[in-house]
Amino acid sequence: MPKLKTLEDLKKLREEAQQDLKVRLETGTKITVGMGTCGIAAGARETMHAILEELKKRNIEAHVTTVGCIGMCVKEPLVDIEQAGKPRITYGNVKPDMVPRLIEEHLIKGNVVEEWVVGRLPTSQ
Amino acid sequence: MRELSLHILDALENSVEAGATRIELLIEEDLQNDILKITIKDNGRGMSEEVVKKALDPFFTTRTTRHVGLGLPLFAAAARQCNGELRIQSQPGIGTTVEVTFQHSHIDRAPLGDMATTLLAVLMSERPVDIYYKHSIDGRTFELDTAEVRQELGTVPLSHPLVREWLEKTLREGLAALRQPEQ
Repeated sequence: MPKLKTLEDLKKLREEAQQDLKVRLETGTKITVGMGTCGIAAGARETMHAILEELKKRNIEAHVTTVGCIGMCVKEPLVDIEQAGKPRITYGNVKPDMVPRLIEEHLIKGNVVEEWVVGRLPTSQ
Repeated sequence: MRELSLHILDALENSVEAGATRIELLIEEDLQNDILKITIKDNGRGMSEEVVKKALDPFFTTRTTRHVGLGLPLFAAAARQCNGELRIQSQPGIGTTVEVTFQHSHIDRAPLGDMATTLLAVLMSERPVDIYYKHSIDGRTFELDTAEVRQELGTVPLSHPLVREWLEKTLREGLAALRQPEQ
């Protein structure tokens, strides 16, 4: 690996990234993807990748993270969307081709995609 | 699992669950001796001898959310059907090393698959973890240490989209170059 070049790249990247860091940390959207054995076997890695691609394509700020198994293995891949002031929604069996609609409906239009919901938690606080 | 990189992701997630802050992932493709060896070494909380003995039992898990633990047993079964094996060494308070071998050319050996996305998935975990990844094919090597990347980035997190993109590109290009050295 041409190490010097990549380190130069990183310096540039750091400056660029720092500019929008503040905005990003204050964003209220958190997306969590289940990444236990059950999730992985059901395709959660590809679902996560599709979410990242879709967010990038639409230029949406959201914090994407992975967690272990929560015990609802049959509904994997599970995707949780949490937005400030709104109930936390868990979607089940989320395949990569469902991701564009999920992002469009839930994050852009603000509508929960009811037929894919497997759980919801009331607004925290 | 369809790709070895999915088994690897699963094992790396185990390390993260065990509280590891640094994981070494070594993949050695020794084509001359027809061996593929995957080593995952973490500094997590480790396991007692008793737990290590049970770790390959599919009906054993330390999780409380379900009663089965299929990750390592599936990985071990994949290795066994390709004339290989999975070995665990662990010490409480020190960490765990999982070593898996395969006959490289075995017809049932799954392809390695998408290592870049596997590493990204681990780096996006709730708990911050660093991965040192070294992949060698017949002596040629690709290395990436996220601790070095993190140091270079200062306050910018690895999960930042620009950083993520850079990591993905670096991994994909590096691994592609490793497979086709003449280009």
